[in-house]
Amino acid sequence: MDTIAFQGLIGLSLAMYLWLISAGLTIIFGVLRIVNFAHGSLFMVGAYLAYTFYGQLGLPFWLAVPLSLLGTGLLGFVMERGFLRRIYGIDEAYQLLLTFGFILILDDAVKLIWGGVFKIPPIPGFLDGAWRVFGRAFPVYNAFIIAVGLAVAAGLWALFEKTWWGRTVRATASDREMASAIGINVPRVFSGVFVFGSMLAALGGALGTPVRVVAPGIGAAMIIQAFIITVIGGLGNLKGAFVSSLIVGILSAYGTLFFPVFELFFIFVIMAVVLLVRPQGLFAR
Amino acid sequence: MSDLLTIEGVRKRFGHFAAIDGVDLMLPAGRLTAIIGPNGAGKTTLINLATGALFPDSGAIHFKGEAITHLATHHRVRKGLSRSFQIMNIFWRLPVLENVLLPVLSRRGRAGAPLSRLEREKDAVAEAEQILRDIGLAEARDAPAGALSHGDQRLLELGIAIAPRPELCFLDEPSSGLTPVERTTVLTLIRKLSAERHTTFVIVEHDMDVVFSLADWIVVMNRGRVLAEGSPAQIRAKREVREVYLGEELSA
Amino acid sequence: MIERTSRPLALVVGVVVLALFLLPLLAGRYPLYLAIQILILSVFSLGFNLLFGYTGLLSFGQAGFFAVGAYGCAKILLAVPNLLLGLAGGVVAAGAAALILGILSVRHTRIYFSMLTLAFGMMIYSIAWKWRDFTGGDDGLVGIPRAPIQIPGLLNLSLATMERYYYVVLVVSILAILIMHRLVRSPLGLTLQAIRDSESRAEFAGIPVRRYRLIAFTIAGLYAGLAGALLPPLENTVTPPIAHWSTSAEPVLATLMGGVHVFGGPIVGAFLFFMIKDIIVRFTEYWLIWLGVIVVALVMGFRGGVASIFAR
Repeated sequence: MDTIAFQGLIGLSLAMYLWLISAGLTIIFGVLRIVNFAHGSLFMVGAYLAYTFYGQLGLPFWLAVPLSLLGTGLLGFVMERGFLRRIYGIDEAYQLLLTFGFILILDDAVKLIWGGVFKIPPIPGFLDGAWRVFGRAFPVYNAFIIAVGLAVAAGLWALFEKTWWGRTVRATASDREMASAIGINVPRVFSGVFVFGSMLAALGGALGTPVRVVAPGIGAAMIIQAFIITVIGGLGNLKGAFVSSLIVGILSAYGTLFFPVFELFFIFVIMAVVLLVRPQGLFAR
Repeated sequence: MSDLLTIEGVRKRFGHFAAIDGVDLMLPAGRLTAIIGPNGAGKTTLINLATGALFPDSGAIHFKGEAITHLATHHRVRKGLSRSFQIMNIFWRLPVLENVLLPVLSRRGRAGAPLSRLEREKDAVAEAEQILRDIGLAEARDAPAGALSHGDQRLLELGIAIAPRPELCFLDEPSSGLTPVERTTVLTLIRKLSAERHTTFVIVEHDMDVVFSLADWIVVMNRGRVLAEGSPAQIRAKREVREVYLGEELSA
Repeated sequence: MIERTSRPLALVVGVVVLALFLLPLLAGRYPLYLAIQILILSVFSLGFNLLFGYTGLLSFGQAGFFAVGAYGCAKILLAVPNLLLGLAGGVVAAGAAALILGILSVRHTRIYFSMLTLAFGMMIYSIAWKWRDFTGGDDGLVGIPRAPIQIPGLLNLSLATMERYYYVVLVVSILAILIMHRLVRSPLGLTLQAIRDSESRAEFAGIPVRRYRLIAFTIAGLYAGLAGALLPPLENTVTPPIAHWSTSAEPVLATLMGGVHVFGGPIVGAFLFFMIKDIIVRFTEYWLIWLGVIVVALVMGFRGGVASIFAR
């Protein structure tokens, strides 16, 4: 029983990484109606930047993370402003192709700049150690991740419900022509949302650096998982993304425990089941 | 006159908005019906429900006596229902002839033939060419549909809608965006097709001239319900209808 | 579109085919090897474009079916060294995989569909990695024979030389191309294009759209599987990277470069792909970056591919 509860906590912390990357993807889709295939690559860039600032340059962790967010946000800005914006009007297939091209570039660029070998920087001192939970040692860092994930969920809710910017974004999401007609600078909102979503992905990557592998290819792995989560939760549905992240994260953790051989395959099975039983997603209206 | 389509107690909500709020409607064969009403009255939603683009929350729809309430669109088309679209919806990359050829092939069960050459489907091609002659687009047969003028595209819309030889055909604002000359062409065509092809047309329209020159029967909708129905003379006289259309030229 | 093949074009194609048949007499081993790879990619890309250019569905997971074809053929050849059996087995396996995954994928909108194909492609990749007992894991399958063509009682043709295998690949590819050509000019081809142009209109023409998307997806899978099955006898090994999404990018790029809305586009693109790759890898090992740059450049500026330049 304790093992189950403990594994559930592990799953919860895993879910938070998934949540951070899915939240960004969902928000960008909800407003711009674009699926950024390279979103996982932004997660990866966030991780590499954080590794550089924290692991290589020795900056304190609480400084390295925001810096990596800024760097990735800048990259997202270039992607949207320089490229995506010019092809908004045409067939969405070309938007997908463009972002697919970005994955190809970023995945190799990362190898070019940082080398192909993977890195594992140390855990920042004040977050090191473990607590005794359910009779096992639960890493403090995992608890930190869970806290951040929940804070982001609460923060996003507050942002979109209560703030002026959040309302502007929601208006643009629901009807961009109307928003433009009442004076909202829609292109600027688009850029802002894209950068914001990119930074969320980068946050997941940056926070993951001390405990996860920093390697080329983690971006692709993450985007697949983010896709699976949006399939389960429904595209564009933030609440659905959160709950689905929890489901996938926790079930994955149990999958690792009980069916270790099928670990990777497991979450595809979940997705296939959802696709068969409720194709529009568990939380679609 | 037998009833082709019956709509009973149909309701459809989108969130809190009741697009269709209890509609009972009988559409008999051979009677050209026009559905009119202000924007948001639910006219297009009604067509969507009748043709299978949407399913109702409650109520039933029968076509030639058979229940089709939850039947997929392509099955309804097979049974003899069809529609044209308000927003132009043609196969814009394909040549004009092939736009019309496809529904003909489908009706003949040939749409899936993988290895026969398209040119060899002689019967289907002949039928498609006849349709093009009927709608006056025979000369444009090889042009990509997207290259046609707006008016010609509307004619093509009509052609694609009648190609499956439907018994009941919904036309959603067939004259929208047309010049007066083009409008006359479309109207003449509808009248001709209605007489010749044993197709019953149901037209959604805003243009009252079109409505009164074509319709045998008028259905007035408002706020998701049928407000009134009757012959053009009856409708013209009804006070509620005039109220609903405040400002529009109804009593010509 | 009923593309009436013009006389000049037919002449060019005829010359090219003749040249291809004469190639072993004129060239050495390496050009033949390259030519085989170009033919394999052509078949792969034709299937991809049936799905993309003709039906409007963008799949980023075709490498999955390519891999199923390759591994299927390899397993058969390791047990029964009969080339035709291996090819047939690979194709059938890939088609079955495409059918199953297609049922799960085609009922969705185009964006969802594309996401799902990426996910499923990588799912097959992860199976290739993890299922050591069957696929050999990251070591893959080795020692695959270039099996002879054997029809009991009739034929036993050894394919030990590169020339012999080249002719096999050439004949198989030409057959595949001819079948695809017939397909796209048939009523089925018209139906698929109509679905691409307007799904709702196609429904109202009486077309069960989902079923035809599945048909297109399965055919694309069969072609990917055929392309994949031609690989093991050439390389004698099969490893997981052939199922990776970067392999899925190859038919995408070839088709974009050659021309999406022209029948021969994917074939021209396959040729261009290898020419460009050959040049790039001489300068750098970071070939994917350049692949990506070309994709971005094509999308931003040259969406019609090479073919559109000639159409002007």
